[in-house]
Amino acid sequence: MNLKIPYHDINLETYMSRHPDFNRKTARMQTERNFKSQILATIPLTEHEKLFHIRICDTSERENFSFLPGQFVMLELPGCGEVAISISGSSANREFLELCVRKVGKVTGMLHRLEAGAFVGIRGPFGTHFPMQEMAGSSVLLIAGGLGIVPLRAPIFWANDHRMDYKDITILYGARDPAQILFDYQVEEWRKIYGLNILTIVEYPDEHWQGHVGRITDLFDDVYIDPDETFAVVCGPPVMFKHVCGFLSDLGLSRQRMFVSLERRMHCGMGKCCRCNIGSTFTCLDGPVFDYWTVMNLQEAI
Amino acid sequence: MLYRTVTKNNFKKMIEGLMENNEVIGPKWRDQDKDGNKIYRFLKLNDFDELQMDYTRSYSSPKNFFLPFKEDLSTYHLDEGDWEQEIKYTIHPRVIVGIRACDINALRKLDEVLLKSVYPNPYYYARRRNTIIIGLDHEPLDDCFCHSMDANVAFRGFDLFLTDIGDKYVVAIASDTGYILATRFEGQEITDEDQLHYKRVKREIESKFKTQVDVTIVPELMDLEFESDVWKKWGDKCLSCGSCAMVCPSCYCYGVEEEVDLTFTTATKRRFLYSCNLLDFATVAGGHNFRPEPEIRLKYRYYHRFRGFVEAFNQSLCVGCNRCGVACPAGIHPKAVIDDLIQTEKL
Repeated sequence: MNLKIPYHDINLETYMSRHPDFNRKTARMQTERNFKSQILATIPLTEHEKLFHIRICDTSERENFSFLPGQFVMLELPGCGEVAISISGSSANREFLELCVRKVGKVTGMLHRLEAGAFVGIRGPFGTHFPMQEMAGSSVLLIAGGLGIVPLRAPIFWANDHRMDYKDITILYGARDPAQILFDYQVEEWRKIYGLNILTIVEYPDEHWQGHVGRITDLFDDVYIDPDETFAVVCGPPVMFKHVCGFLSDLGLSRQRMFVSLERRMHCGMGKCCRCNIGSTFTCLDGPVFDYWTVMNLQEAI
Repeated sequence: MLYRTVTKNNFKKMIEGLMENNEVIGPKWRDQDKDGNKIYRFLKLNDFDELQMDYTRSYSSPKNFFLPFKEDLSTYHLDEGDWEQEIKYTIHPRVIVGIRACDINALRKLDEVLLKSVYPNPYYYARRRNTIIIGLDHEPLDDCFCHSMDANVAFRGFDLFLTDIGDKYVVAIASDTGYILATRFEGQEITDEDQLHYKRVKREIESKFKTQVDVTIVPELMDLEFESDVWKKWGDKCLSCGSCAMVCPSCYCYGVEEEVDLTFTTATKRRFLYSCNLLDFATVAGGHNFRPEPEIRLKYRYYHRFRGFVEAFNQSLCVGCNRCGVACPAGIHPKAVIDDLIQTEKL
């Protein structure tokens, strides 16, 4: 009696071997397939942070890859591990990705030891994005604390590329001390060419520092905010969200016009591993960009 | 749904026929606990007599045939700084016999997340697609509360589902593969007498549920009782061992690790099942832990199962098998925790 069950070899299903497009979330595909990419340049920014220029090797994979400001990728070092990193470059740059990474754990430590020419894997892009199109016609207030400037660079580039769409663009950037300020070399460019209003503040100044001293909320004295005409994007440590978003809601800014980017330890980026779970929400699918109203309703979020 | 009857003798022939060419998995008697109760486990069968059709409850769930404790996601062939990624979804066809309605419903809940949501999981799909499921009715144990969780009857997610009516089984058929099997082993049209038998057996099963858990207001309670002392009370008992998630038929969270072999020629990306009760579940690089205390982790385990999953899929993730209650070394039973929550609401 032959009762051999037919074997369905899903390795052979043709639509699985197409180039994965992680923006298209529903079709069955090889979810662990990464885009083999090469590090073009490593740029040390501070003692602990480096900027990496990473280019997807395959031409058609590179051409298919597109992202929106606020999204992140899973960066894999084969044999070492995989980490979620927000994309820090311009979404108009289709040639290479800019990832700014702080040396803090096993994978990021190893990444910092790599040099230009090394091959890494990229999966993504994943997650939600800052609704830049929705903000058109309004003023945009971008507030960054410490490493928060990294994911904020993508919306800043976007705003620069679409400068005519927005009214005032104000960047408030707070850091611990002057040595921790990232991308200071770009600040002048943004200010001069695109007419952005950029204010920086440090908590612990050194003898050369001539700017503002204090916490990020102290900068609010120097900016005019029209609550009906402004969108806010806030990135930084969780404790900063409460103070900044609290201040802005007191001004009358709608909580659904404030956007924050949350961080969690992610293992998959696809809502499967549950590691970035916040109550009933997955940071990788419903986030990392949330409006502040949603964040308020997520227990334990900040 | 089509129904047929298959005699027990023909059922034996069916399983033996399937065993010839395929892996057949079923409940096997493995050991006994300190009270002398038999411990069963789903394992590969070598002989029909190993199959325990009268088993009570398998200690761990058959979920692990779909979500193995460890699974290779991809392999890297390393070569002087360069590498090639290799991904395979190869799985041999197999049959699982004797799986309970609650476990089938748990698989359907996993399907919601792993097949029907965004980014369907191909590893799970390969296993699900290549597994024949033959379910089996049983009389509930004293602590089963699948009835309260609406998981005591399976309508889909299997090929055949058996109900014992004496010398034969009433077989519910939910796939063409199942239909072919039932037909080949002389499946008969169901007679009036069979139907009476079947109804009697089903009613008897219904009447034997002893444990009830009122979960109607639990999703709301998860928010309202977020700061409740109940979490502290049970969290203080929790040993953060993760046993509950390991035996659970519907827990699916995992971690990913990578390793390089000793010759530095191959690297493997591997997924391993995890538990949200384990200490470092939400720890990020740099050491910050978003859920540092056991009570917070325990609370979020319940929050996800009884609130988050309801919000996402209109059903609770729990199927009421109480395996976690049996496995917990600290004696935390889901019924006791939920009853406690409802109690605080009444006060």
